[in-house]
Amino acid sequence: MTSLEDKFEESKKLGLQIAKESEDDRLMTLSVGPQHPGSGHFRFIIKVDGDYIVYCDPDPGYVHRGEEKMCEYRNVIQNIPHLERPVIHDSNNITYSYSLAVEELVGIEVPRRAQYIRALASELNRQVYTLYWLAIYGIFLGHSTMFMWPTGDRELLIDLLEVLTGARVTHAYNIPGGVRNDMPDGFKERCLRQVRYLQKRFKEYEDIFYNMPLFRQRTEGVAVLSKEDAIKLGVTGSVVRASGIPYDIRKAEPYDIYNEIDFKVQYMKTGDCFARSYVPFLDMKESCHIIEQLLDKMPQSGEVRAKLQPNPKGPPGEAYRRVESGRGALGYYVVSDGTPKPYRVKISVGSFRNMLALPYLLVGQKMGDMPATYWSLNYWPVEADR
Amino acid sequence: MSANKDEPKKPDTSLLPTPAAKPPATATKATTGTQPAKKEQEAPPFEKGLVEEIKKKFGESIKVVFIKPLRTKIMVEPKDIVAIATFLRDNMGFDHAESVAGTDYPKDGQIEVIYHLGSYTREDLAAHVLALTTRTNRDDALLPTLINVYKSVEYHERETFEMLGVYFEGHPRNDRFLLPEDWADIPPLRKDFRIKGR
Amino acid sequence: MKKELVSPTTFNVMVSKLSDVLVKALDAPLGYAINWGRIWSLWPVHLETACCSVEFGAASGPRYDVERFGIIEAFGSLRQCDLIVVQGTVTRKMAPRLRMVYDQMPEPKYVIAMGACAITGGLYIDSYNVLPGVDGIVPVDVYVPGCPPRPETLIQGCMLLQEKIKRSKIK
Repeated sequence: MTSLEDKFEESKKLGLQIAKESEDDRLMTLSVGPQHPGSGHFRFIIKVDGDYIVYCDPDPGYVHRGEEKMCEYRNVIQNIPHLERPVIHDSNNITYSYSLAVEELVGIEVPRRAQYIRALASELNRQVYTLYWLAIYGIFLGHSTMFMWPTGDRELLIDLLEVLTGARVTHAYNIPGGVRNDMPDGFKERCLRQVRYLQKRFKEYEDIFYNMPLFRQRTEGVAVLSKEDAIKLGVTGSVVRASGIPYDIRKAEPYDIYNEIDFKVQYMKTGDCFARSYVPFLDMKESCHIIEQLLDKMPQSGEVRAKLQPNPKGPPGEAYRRVESGRGALGYYVVSDGTPKPYRVKISVGSFRNMLALPYLLVGQKMGDMPATYWSLNYWPVEADR
Repeated sequence: MSANKDEPKKPDTSLLPTPAAKPPATATKATTGTQPAKKEQEAPPFEKGLVEEIKKKFGESIKVVFIKPLRTKIMVEPKDIVAIATFLRDNMGFDHAESVAGTDYPKDGQIEVIYHLGSYTREDLAAHVLALTTRTNRDDALLPTLINVYKSVEYHERETFEMLGVYFEGHPRNDRFLLPEDWADIPPLRKDFRIKGR
Repeated sequence: MKKELVSPTTFNVMVSKLSDVLVKALDAPLGYAINWGRIWSLWPVHLETACCSVEFGAASGPRYDVERFGIIEAFGSLRQCDLIVVQGTVTRKMAPRLRMVYDQMPEPKYVIAMGACAITGGLYIDSYNVLPGVDGIVPVDVYVPGCPPRPETLIQGCMLLQEKIKRSKIK
């Protein structure tokens, strides 16, 4: 009798042991990226238990090109072309804060018309970026139409920027002291026409994408980031605004002429994937109003760039300036030692800050929610790696 | 190569004073025009109040580097940084870190680490960025981590460790992040690391 | 006489001659058919190495629509792919992955180096983490210059590749 009981106990122990072992074996490690339809230039290692993600570790750096080191070997003007490469579809915003920082260091005053044109170019580029982001979000969720529509409409804005700056995506348009060229003739009318067209299209986007039950099911209530967590993680841009914090650099710390523009900060309170995907869209809509106002209030003539000495340099010092880009606050910390070349340039980008939220949101989610969560963070790997 | 490195610098410095001195017409005028204006507003009352609030608590251990409109920079000792950061978070409302930047100063033999702190919760602080700075020796760069105070510095500190070789004591992961796994050189953002051809 | 023809020593020679004749007879039409099939269904791998991927995305969009030239949009397993478009800068961290992806692809496979960075290192030639061109890792068929290349340039590069495939002998 006792032996039987013992055997039973033993088997129980053995059974427990087997269960324990299989618990470890049950976890499967997956490497998502860099060759993956969803990941882009990025890899994250996840461990799944059945269908649930229990561990996530981002592994960026596949496009780390050493921008910050390169800045130290070029003078402030030479730095512009390579600084915009991390986000070539939002290049006016990534050079914007750099120009602001350099202007503060060197002590350049920007002409008023240039400030307006800069803001206009930056708003147009924000739309170009967000439309691309929206297109990728569409294809992520298997919605091919939503890839085609924004990609097509984006080309119209790219044409507009090409007319303005001379290049398709890499504009190098913002420079310390203003912008490179003046606006061409008839730009205002063309710009207004495109904006009107876009506003019409936005209604259709809402019908086909945001109000679609399939999209709502995949995003609503998925990966909720609470307000407290958003503050703690220090996320920025649309991610923090989706969690109920109306924080926009354009409103919080108005640069150039943004204090003369009347606009509302778009935010939502739910903090789920839907809010994170809808806030950039709302931003785009608001951006259309900003563009209209900018075109309206712009001085009709005047200088568009301040005259600079050939190799601009300022007294030793440092500046930290930020703008609101398509992915959130984009700050440049520039240290100058009195020579034309910056002593140190640090680019604090929204993508890098939003990446921190990825492990927190993914753990506990189902595997199928991974693409919707990942791309809702408004993350562009090339920018995060710099 | 090293001779080449130094040589282009010399013409640079010799060339530059001449244009700077020669055309006082536009650019330098703008410089001189804005610089005194900045000095006049050197102590904006709100920013000064902020600094005084911190100074009241910690006294002499805080060195104020500059107070500019919307930007304040304070320098602290590494041993005080955790206490000061905790105070800034709990009492002042600076609730997240925007960036952590490291700067190498080989002349002083030191590395400066700068935490740019911002606030989401206090509306009057929304435009402010407080730079909390500390310095450590270049040779044995070691700093206490702020990860227990600001969760948001996690990846930034990891990046600073990788790029400047500053070891953050107490940080869970001081390891490879952006650079390739087989990186076997000195940290690239140190000044004695040279990129090719320069 | 007959016996000598079928003797084991000469048999091999005869077979090889025969196969030569057969290949000569069939190579041109068969090769043409096979190459024709390859040209109009090039599947690119979805491997983005840097910022040129934005222009690659634009090329698959409705305005440029690279699909009408037989380059199918990049969504699929790399085991089915026969084209790899190196979209920009290849860093030292990406390089082993690029080679790994290339090795996993089935023969025949083609490589397009897109953008100045993929050709020579481009703007980032003096960076510490960037390879000066991808030639050292994968054999490149077509170079598409530009920083970034416009979608039209990419399409032209694809058509050049098709021209190359058309002229090449099948293996």
